[in-house]
Parts: sequence; C-alpha cells; structure tokens
Amino acid sequence: MSVDKDTVRRIARLARIAVPEARIAPMADELNGIFQWVEMLGEVDAEGVPAMTSVAAQKLKWRKDEVSDGGQADALTQNAPDSEDHFFIVPKVVE
Amino acid sequence: MSAPAKAKTIKGETGDWEIVIGMEVHAQVLSESKLFSGASTRFGADPNSQVSFVDAGFPGMLPVINEKCVEQAVRTGLGLKAQINMSSIFDRKNYFYPDLPQGYQISQYKNPIVGEGEVLIDLKDGETIPVGIERLHLEQDAGKSLHDQHPDSSYVDLNRSGIALMEIVTKPHMRSSEEAAAFLKKLRAIVRYLGTCDGNMDEGSMRADVNVSVCKIGGYEEFRRTGSFKTLGTRCEIKNVNSMRFIAQAVEYEARRQVDLIEGGGTVVQETRLFDSRAGETRSMRSKEEAHDYRYFPDPDLLPLELDPAWVEAIRASLPELPDEKKARFMALGLSAYDAAVLVSERETADYFEAMLAAGAEAKAAVNWLNNEYFGRLNKAGLAINDGPVSAKANADIVAMVAEGLISGKIAKDVLDIEWETRTGDPRAAIVEARGMKQVTDTGAIDAAIEAVIAANPDKVEEVKAKPKLAGWFVGQVMKQTGGKANPAAVNAALKVRLNLPDEG
Amino acid sequence: MAASNDLISMTLAQARDALRDGKVSSRELTGAFVSAIEAAKPLNAFITESGEQALKMADASDQRIAKGEGGALEGLPLAIKDLFCTRGTRTTAASKILGEFVPPYESTVTQNLWDAGAVMLGKTNLDEFAMGSSNETSFFGPVFNPWRANDSNANLVPGGSSGGSAAAVAADLCLAATGTDTGGSIRQPAAVTGRVGLKPTYGRCSRFGIVAFASSLDQAGPMTKTVRDAAIMLKTMASVDAKDSTSADLAVPDYEQLMEGSIKGLRVGIPKEYRIDGVPAEIDALWTRGADWLKAQGAEIVEVSLPHTKYALPTYYIVAPAEASSNLARYDGVRFGYRAADPKDITDLYERSRGEGFGAEVQRRVLIGTYVLSAGYYDAYYAKAQKLRTLIARDFTSAFDQCDVLLTPATPGPAFAIGSKTADPLEMYLNDVFTVTVNLAGLPGIAVPAGLTANGLPLGLQLIGKAFDEGTLLRAARAVEEAADFKHSPAKWWSV
Repeated sequence: MSVDKDTVRRIARLARIAVPEARIAPMADELNGIFQWVEMLGEVDAEGVPAMTSVAAQKLKWRKDEVSDGGQADALTQNAPDSEDHFFIVPKVVE
Repeated sequence: MSAPAKAKTIKGETGDWEIVIGMEVHAQVLSESKLFSGASTRFGADPNSQVSFVDAGFPGMLPVINEKCVEQAVRTGLGLKAQINMSSIFDRKNYFYPDLPQGYQISQYKNPIVGEGEVLIDLKDGETIPVGIERLHLEQDAGKSLHDQHPDSSYVDLNRSGIALMEIVTKPHMRSSEEAAAFLKKLRAIVRYLGTCDGNMDEGSMRADVNVSVCKIGGYEEFRRTGSFKTLGTRCEIKNVNSMRFIAQAVEYEARRQVDLIEGGGTVVQETRLFDSRAGETRSMRSKEEAHDYRYFPDPDLLPLELDPAWVEAIRASLPELPDEKKARFMALGLSAYDAAVLVSERETADYFEAMLAAGAEAKAAVNWLNNEYFGRLNKAGLAINDGPVSAKANADIVAMVAEGLISGKIAKDVLDIEWETRTGDPRAAIVEARGMKQVTDTGAIDAAIEAVIAANPDKVEEVKAKPKLAGWFVGQVMKQTGGKANPAAVNAALKVRLNLPDEG
Repeated sequence: MAASNDLISMTLAQARDALRDGKVSSRELTGAFVSAIEAAKPLNAFITESGEQALKMADASDQRIAKGEGGALEGLPLAIKDLFCTRGTRTTAASKILGEFVPPYESTVTQNLWDAGAVMLGKTNLDEFAMGSSNETSFFGPVFNPWRANDSNANLVPGGSSGGSAAAVAADLCLAATGTDTGGSIRQPAAVTGRVGLKPTYGRCSRFGIVAFASSLDQAGPMTKTVRDAAIMLKTMASVDAKDSTSADLAVPDYEQLMEGSIKGLRVGIPKEYRIDGVPAEIDALWTRGADWLKAQGAEIVEVSLPHTKYALPTYYIVAPAEASSNLARYDGVRFGYRAADPKDITDLYERSRGEGFGAEVQRRVLIGTYVLSAGYYDAYYAKAQKLRTLIARDFTSAFDQCDVLLTPATPGPAFAIGSKTADPLEMYLNDVFTVTVNLAGLPGIAVPAGLTANGLPLGLQLIGKAFDEGTLLRAARAVEEAADFKHSPAKWWSV
C-alpha cells in the first residue's frame, strides 16, 4: 500500500490537522517509508491468534453509583481560550 | 396472539409500495452519576456545573465504569427478552465536534452488552406484533451546543457529556408509522417498568432515529424469508425524532418522498435526514454527511466488561412484572385487550389500577370508572395519575359503594367531585357519612319527607294532579328534604302512589 | 552542613538517612538543588522550575521531621517529568498546544510522592507528548546530555522521551525523578546518561493524571542514581488506584526489602534474537560481560528465544500512533490550551490550532495512527498489530518457563549528537529496539549503568522481569550494579 498526496490530505482532514501544502509530499514520503517497513508484519501468519485486549490479566474496576464529582465550573473553564458564564465558546456551529 | 406485521401500502404511479422501518432509540440510563465519572446526571443544572474533568476530556483523565449503568443495561436487556453477552467491549468512536470533548465517544461497536431480543407491540385493534431487537449497547452522551446565544458563536455546556445512554437498535420489522409509534410507546413502557430510563422525551431522555425505506410489494416478505437486505430499498435515517406524533409524520413524509423520488426516475441515497416538525418534512443533513470514518477501536483505558452469571441471574430474579405479563393478567380478570393495553402502557396507571383492586374494587367496574370518569378529569386538569387528588383507595371505595348499591352512579360522580376538592382520602366514611349522602331507601323516611312537602305546598299538589309532568318538582323537593340522600327511584315510586299519578308521566 | 556538592551528589537513600539522622535539613538539601538547577540552565533539563514552592515544601518537611513525623520520602527533592499533571503548576507535555495549561488536579503518582513528604523541584523537559527518543521534539527545545565524549565537545542527546529527567538525575539536579515509558522512554535515556531507569509492570503505577500518549503502553516509573533508590521510589509511586481502570489490584510490596539478597540459583535468560546486525561490538561485549557478572554471583545463564522480537518495533509503530491519534483528539483548542487566532469556523479552529500547536513528530504519529485505524486499513494494521502483541507476549511467557529474568542490552548505542538522527524518523525509531518489546507485553524492565564506551560515554544493560515481579528484577539489577561498580559522573561543563 502506498500513501499518495490525496491520502495525506484525507487523513490530515480526518485528524483535523492543517498540513501546509508544501508539507504534503514530504509527509507522504515519510509515511511511505514507515509503512513499507511495517509491511514486514505481513510475514507473520497470525490467523486464529486473538488480538490483545488487555495487557495484564486484570478485571475491569467497577465504581459505585454515587455523585462524587462536578460542581467546579470555575476550575473547568479557567484554562479555556474563550468562555463566558461558564460556557465554552466556539465559532458558530451550523447544523 | 402475535402476527407478523401487516404492510401499509403506499399508492404510487407504478403500483403499490411497502414501507419498512427500523429504529435506533437512545434511552438515558437512570443513574445518579455518569457512565464513566462521578458527576451528577440531574437535568437542568447550571452550565458545566455537573462536569468532571473526565467528562470534559482533560489531560490524563481516565474513565471508570459505573456499576449501576451496567446493571441497568442488563436489566433492560432482560426486559427485552434479549441475550446478555457475558463479555463485551468498549470502543472509541472518533470524530470532532465541540460537544464531544474527548474527541471520541466511548461506545460499544462490535461486542455490545446485549444481543438479540424481541418486543411485542400493541396495535389499536388489540392485535400484537413482534419487533426484533438487534442489540443494545452502552455509550456516552455528548454535551450540548447552544446556537442562539450569540450571532457568531456557539456556547458549549457539557452537563450531559458522559451520561450513560442505552442505544437500542431494532431489526427492520415495522411496516407503518402506527407500528413505529407503537414500538416506541411499548419500549418506553418497558424501560419505565424496569426503572432503567424515565422515558421523558421532552427532556431528551428518549430520542429516536428512524430508518425508513420503501420496496415493491413482496420485497419485505422476501427479506424475512432469506434474511437478505437485497429486496429492501435503500434506507434513510431520520435523526432525533423526539415525539410519538412526529414519528408518524416523519415516516409518512419520508416514505412518500422516497416513492415519488424513485418513480420520478431518481434513486434514494443512503443519508441522514432531519425531521423539521414545523414544516412537517424531512431534509438532508449535508453537514453530517462529510465522509465519516469513525476509526473505531477498543478503548485502551478500559478492559473488557465481564459479567458474573450469578449477578445477571440475581437481576433476572428481581425483574418486576412487565407490561405484557401484566396485560395478560388483567385480561384474565375480564378486561378487554384494549383496556388492558391502555392500563399497562404506563406503569403508574397499572399500579393505580392494581391499588384499586387491592382496595376491593372489581376489575371491570374499576376500569370503566377510570375510563369514564377519573381519566377524563385528570386529562382536563392536565395531571398525571400520581399527581391526581383522588387516591386509588378512594376511587375503589366509590366503585365499591356503587356495586353495593349504597350510592347511585350519579351520586358517585358527585362524590368523586367532592373528593377531588377535599382530598379526604376516605369517601366512604368522610363524605357519605359526614355529609349524609348515604342513599336512603328506607321508605318510612321517604314517606315522611313526602308528607312534609305535600303539607307545605297544597297548591302544587293540585297542579301536579292536572299536569303529572310536574312530579319532577316533588322529587326534587323530597331529595332536598332528605339532604340528597334518598334513592331517587324510591322517591319516584312512593310519590306515584301517594299522589295517584299515572304510570306514564 | 556539608558542602553543596556533597549534598547534591548523595543518593536518595543517603539523603533519606541524613535527613532522618538530622545531619542535614530538607531546606539545606532543597536549597542546594535549587542552586544547582539555576546553574544548569544550559542543559535545558527543566521546563518549569519551582524553587520557591520547593523551599516551602522543604520547610514543611523539616517541621514534620522535627516532630518525629514524616513519610517515606520526607523532605527529599525530586524532579517531575512534565507529563504528570501537577495542581497549580503549569503542565505542558512539552507541547505548544497545551499553552499555559495549569491543571486543577494532581496525578495519582505525584500525589503519592507529596503524600510521602517529597519536595517538587520542578517539571522536566521531554519529547513532545513523550514522542521521541532524543528529547529533540520538545517545543521548549532539546535537552543536552550532561555527558560528553572524551574526544569531542559535541552536545549529545540525553535520550528520550524522559530526557529532562535523565539529565537532571545524571547532573545531580535532583535526588531522583519520575519518568514515563511507552516504548523505552525511561530505560533508554537512563542508559545513555549512566543512571538507573525502571519501567514497572503495566498497571503497577496509576496512569491517572498523566498526559496520555498510548494508553495500553504508558507506564510511569522512577529514574534514579541507584537500584536501591529505584526500589524506594517505586514503593511510593505505585498504588492501587480506583481512578485508573487498568491499575492492578495488588498490594504494593516493600521493594527495598525484596531487592536484598543473593541471586544464587536465579535463572537468567539471554534472548538470542537480541543479537542484532549493526549493533556496535562494545554493546555485545558489555552484554556478555553482564552475563558473566551474574554467573559469577551464582546465577544460571540460559539461552532463550523470543522469536517475534523483530516484529516488535513495527507493531509498536502501529499500536502507539493509533492510540495516540485518539488520545490527542482532546487537544482541540476548545476547553484548554492553544487556540489559533481568528478561526473562521469550527473546522478552521480545529485544523489550525492542531496544525500550529503540534510539532512535526506528533503530527506524523497522529497521521500514522489516523491512517491505520481508518476504514479499510484497520484489519491490515491495527488488528494485525494487536495479534502480534499476543504473539510477542506469548514469547515472553514461554521464555519465563525457562528463566526468572532476561538480560539484554538497553540501547543499540550510546548517546548520539544532537541533530544527527532527526532527518530520518525510522532511524530514530530504532533506538527503542531493545526496550519496546517489554511495553508491548506489559512487563517490567530496568536499565542499569554497566560501563563506558571507549570514548567515555555510558552504556546500560536491561533486565526484564515477569509481570509484577519487580522484586526479583530489582535483586538481579542490584547484582549487575554491584558487579559493574559504575561510579562515573559527567564533568560539570555546564556550570559556570
């Protein structure tokens, strides 16, 4: 599989990263280099091998249903680039 | 009693078409705190006041699952007669949106907690139809963007972000807008019986996406026979239809649109559409159509959700009686399928009815009394059954007193009116005894009252002899004399004898 | 009071004892480090120095010590990798995109340290979002390795991503530091700065409050001067945390005690697949010497096979970017951090904030991750990589049937010159060739300084243990440490 410039544009869009046009071709080359190297995984027959779903043999922790958090609208918005009355503000979103 | 769905056909230029409907319902899980954080789920709080740093996607924050939400999903799955998956996986659904702070929604994609099940829907003619459930999974709700606060900005409130939702997906087993509405109504009843969702559509606790397609006659039967979707039409998903009424409108409009489109030489494009309730039409949501690629993968912050079979069995053992079972039991008491379905459609109504039975009311009389008298008064006052002023025991007492012949049907209505006002809770003792409304059939007391009225009104006696129709005046006077507690039929009979009135008159 | 140089060159254990015995106060000790940090600015080891706060914490510790109170790390000054969220102190992950983010919360690991009485000297530099092996991707500039070759004045990288912590420990700017390790980010920089770096078993230290890179691989651990110090640090850093679903439900043992004792009869596995073409002879020789040291102390050396080793790096470069692409989606310029100026709409806000806020390496990895998860590629890449992880983990399980710990090189070479490997991402990725397998399998690993190259640069050996058997791992590491008797320190060329 080879990554062309359109693919770079598509995934940059998916990842919401503005990649300058001048960087598109070099990025395609870099990604191709990496993906060609990764191709070696094709040598391994992993048919029937289960995917790793948890690194260590542990059980998922469950929490009691209690209200133990919240009530911190100030702390929540103090780092915001733009906020008002405890709302986060973004450019108008058209639905 | 269940039969396969009957197609409602649409007439087109080229022949008849059938509607096929499937639904995805988002039901908010009833829990104190959110799916993966300890922030409150209460509705209507100040902006961002019920948000943990987990819900707001702050750096280094991690999800920890709320056991109650798991329990509620399992309980709902059991109520939908569905398979409970003892191991399920949380995945991340990746996309960018201002009300999605993590940049992904934690959901369940390939391995949901609940698999296939079935819901019986009740139609108006008393018929029931099975609708297959494809799956139920747990996921996080998003926050809310307000677009009307400022001309150039949207305001983001994350109070809802992270609240647990159950997404319930049906098979395409509904064939008309009535069936779609009936499904939602039944699902709502089930989750409310189970106590897993409050079903409040106004507050968005239940939201439905409706998938609509049309096919030529026979296409659906072929699909049911083969399981292949090839004989069904291309579907459109109508987003966030948030009332029963709108579902019917949206389905009708969308099916007609698709038929007209196909017959006009066009093709239906699989897309997301929005129902505009003001215009009564659906329209394409182009902004949502931008090549979505959600890049699902198992959330590495969470491990597989493993259930203990004994725990699931304990939930199963604690399930309440569900609408279908309750309906069957009510029908066994002599109620019609329709009456039973109406009573069980709201758990509170069924509970109220059962409380009346427990207080001694007879089933048929009780349902008639509720249908004919009490429900009307509640509707007029805009009150829910649990907010009404007359207790189930009070209504049961009134019904019982009528059955015992202690009061007439007319007086029963008066008693209900008085009880509505005074809320004594005990009409038998408090109203009838205290206000002397116990019906008097004792002819001695009636005769005495008649004599008193005659003695006081000799002129009227003459008049009534000439005009027997004036007897009604005497009845009224006697009733007044007895404080309204005389049995009107007994008064009538006694007057006829005393005044020598003809039988007809 | 001892001379300043004697204070800062103490090990954590020595300082602990000196404080307990009243030979030095925490204020004296902390003050000496604050001065040393001030003088070491050329190293660029710290992003945020918090000297004033450190002295206040030290005074509070001195009061507790005077009352005969105090925790396991009372009054001991530490440096914290700037990936750990610290309440009230700016946390950057070495990225522009976090801007002036001040967390209103504390990571569990650092909270554990403060609860034990430790003093925070500041936040150390790292590769942006811990993505790198040389500390050259930091928005705050590269960190210089305190070590220089004896035949050159070239500035060398300190390894990465915990390069600032490694440099701070090696240059005596703290008694010990925290690091995080996703593919080798504790062990690799520790090795090339001649110090000890321990990556615990996945789940041993809570990830709560640590800026996430790759959730299934990230693990916090100590970077110290000695193996004993690593044991002391781990005891406090590790905990069972209800706020991290992947944190292990296992009581934390006394590692300092478990570390003691002989390795007689210990079976040490030598994985044959770790002999890789192109690795300098010095590394191979050091590895052989390490095996000999252990054998001399009574260990049994066994050759083992980890057949899927060569697939570990490509597997890692699918799994880690995939998780990172999702973990870094929250840096969107909406609730915290950097926002591009005058966005014309929400998409523009996202794309430019992230385009301007993320550096080149982070962008590259986010794009790789986005690609391997995208429709049509998931099975070929991500699903396949997760299967490879299972195979790699099984390799270790089989190997541990035959041995108790594994001995390998820590890095394929010593510290390299700044800028010498930045042109080719692949060449840079190869630095993690010996360390990354351990993360994929979730096992504990430790780098121990073992010798110097011909031109005087430190090299380390790595030991790998069974899951949650850090006790045995530390005991074996101590055996290597004693045999190597590595007493070298860099010349303080940066201090004026």
